[in-house]
Amino acid sequence: MAAPTIVAAGVGKRFLLHHRRATSLKERLLLHRQSSSEAFWALRDVDLEIGAGQTVGLIGPNGSGKSTLLKVLSGILAPTTGTVTVRGRIASLLELGAGFNGELTGRENVYLNAAILGLTRRETQRYFDDIVAFAELEPFIDNQVKHYSSGQYVRLGFAVAVHVSPDILLVDEVLAVGDESFQRKCLAKIAEFQQRGCTILFVTHALDLIPRICSRGVVLDHGRVLHDGDPVEAAERLRSLLGTGVDQSGGGAAAGADRPRVAAVRLFDPASGAEKGHFRGGEAMAVEFDVAAPPGAAPMAVRMAITGPADVPMWVMDSDPLHPGPDGTATVRFTVKELPQIKGIYAFAVAVRDPSSNLTYDARRFSEAFLAVGDTDTGVLEVVWTAEQVER
Amino acid sequence: MAQVQQAADARAAAQSRVRLELLTELVRKDLKVKYKNSALGFVWSMANPLLYLAVFTLVFTFFLPNGVPRFAVLFMAGFLVWSFFNSAILDATGAVVGNANLVRKVRFPRVVLPLASVGFAGVHFALQLLVFFAFLVPFYPAAFGPQLWLLLPALAVAVTFTVAMSLLASALNVRYRDVQHLLEIVMLAWFWLTPIVYPVTVVRDRLAEEGLLWLFRLYMANPMTAVVVASQRAIYNHPVVTVDGTARQVLPAAGYGFYLQWLGVAAVVSVALLLVGRWAFRRLQADFAEEL
Repeated sequence: MAAPTIVAAGVGKRFLLHHRRATSLKERLLLHRQSSSEAFWALRDVDLEIGAGQTVGLIGPNGSGKSTLLKVLSGILAPTTGTVTVRGRIASLLELGAGFNGELTGRENVYLNAAILGLTRRETQRYFDDIVAFAELEPFIDNQVKHYSSGQYVRLGFAVAVHVSPDILLVDEVLAVGDESFQRKCLAKIAEFQQRGCTILFVTHALDLIPRICSRGVVLDHGRVLHDGDPVEAAERLRSLLGTGVDQSGGGAAAGADRPRVAAVRLFDPASGAEKGHFRGGEAMAVEFDVAAPPGAAPMAVRMAITGPADVPMWVMDSDPLHPGPDGTATVRFTVKELPQIKGIYAFAVAVRDPSSNLTYDARRFSEAFLAVGDTDTGVLEVVWTAEQVER
Repeated sequence: MAQVQQAADARAAAQSRVRLELLTELVRKDLKVKYKNSALGFVWSMANPLLYLAVFTLVFTFFLPNGVPRFAVLFMAGFLVWSFFNSAILDATGAVVGNANLVRKVRFPRVVLPLASVGFAGVHFALQLLVFFAFLVPFYPAAFGPQLWLLLPALAVAVTFTVAMSLLASALNVRYRDVQHLLEIVMLAWFWLTPIVYPVTVVRDRLAEEGLLWLFRLYMANPMTAVVVASQRAIYNHPVVTVDGTARQVLPAAGYGFYLQWLGVAAVVSVALLLVGRWAFRRLQADFAEEL
């Protein structure tokens, strides 16, 4: 492994929260006595060593210090304690087109922005055509940037940032902006950088991206590193921190007192019977649904679907019609013998249906319920399962 | 491997060191933005000195004649370099604050911002000087003598002093926005305390009459005075003029020793101030992204 590209040793960043900020000399003199400011540590004792070519996912709840860490690493903010050492050119996709001047043309802005990012004029000339082609702005490159659409603006900023041949790429939620084709382009570019041996530090809230893209995951909470290592574990760690583990059940719109509905859900290990929030690839998983129906309701069936990214159903399991007891409740248990060994984060959705008419009485989704870790990125999802009604 | 590391270190340094390319690119941007959609473009940069020239020539040769022959030459010799200093300082004061979006988001050497302001003013100064010399060729050929070399040390000191003041003003203005307002007033007072619209000998003679000649040393210690007086000696080649049969000193000395001596003092002050300015800028720049 090559020498570390980024070394942060004992990095802390303190912000002073001024209740009344003196921005002028007069105020500073007047406020001198009563200047009430509170210290707030956005980062505390962060030790991070990132080797060349690593892709590190940086995740954490809002306000955990992710963006502050990126700004400290990129030299925009100075750390209050500790040191940061960086080897190589940093391109940050923090603020695309931050240095653009609306009065200048696209061409002039490319040269200016590239100069700010550390390129010589000759280097910029070499990359210029590629930049314009990547941004798909050939016909508009000599128009003033103030006339660009926001999409064109971001595309040009992104094109410059990725063409300055950075050694280190800092990515902060860029995937949240831009349309789908632009996001795909971003991801493709990131993959290209990975192959080229570029070090990437990636901040995102899209947890399913972390195991897909990163070789390492770092979880920040209240400015401290909670976890540094396996990306899937990192995502899991954050999920338990956020409390978005099992029960994010939203009541189905069709649910009513007079219709069958999902009353409770339990996830557990089928062998031990112990309740469990997260599962991993290869493990067995059991899910029990309590269904409540008005007395005398017709038989109903439960459908459970394993969903992948963007809630796409990947495997659908239907139970046999259930026969509710005299109080109208029934419980069905789905058992999955072995969760798929494909990298990713899966969730499941459940619906109570009328087996004859296929009418859905109630449907709920449970986001990010289990994770699967395996060696493969792609493969056939094969889920072996059983469903049985249980008496409680 | 070591080579790869070195190349990476060089690229890292390119993002934190002041590079001439970045500086020229920023100056180019400022010029383009300023003269975009303007039909006359650069010609406008001549408007300001021409206006001052017209007004002061009218006042000091007609309303309040000061008896200096070819007053226009003496005035312009000092005014152009003052104008460079003045516009560089006022522009640099707002340079960091005005580029807040860049400072808060991008890694680059912040010190290029005030330096670009100096460069921007320098481009205008060079053009104005060029036009001025073009006028001197037919109307004041006496300017083109060996004394013109004095302009080189004068300009060197002027640039050093301007850079030093720009660093201080731009860094301090991030913390205290008062600097901007304060400077607008200070620069006006400074203009009148520098011998631009009146000959420096007037000050010397008045102070001598009052028996305060020691104060003249203090007056000359102002680096801009040394620069302006040396520029006047370099271009206005009539240190002593004869008006109505009596000899009159417009400039304090016919030789060069006086000017070089005071330029030396100004150079020491400027370099000291430059070190202070650089130190202050480095110290304060760590907080720029937070203060803005």
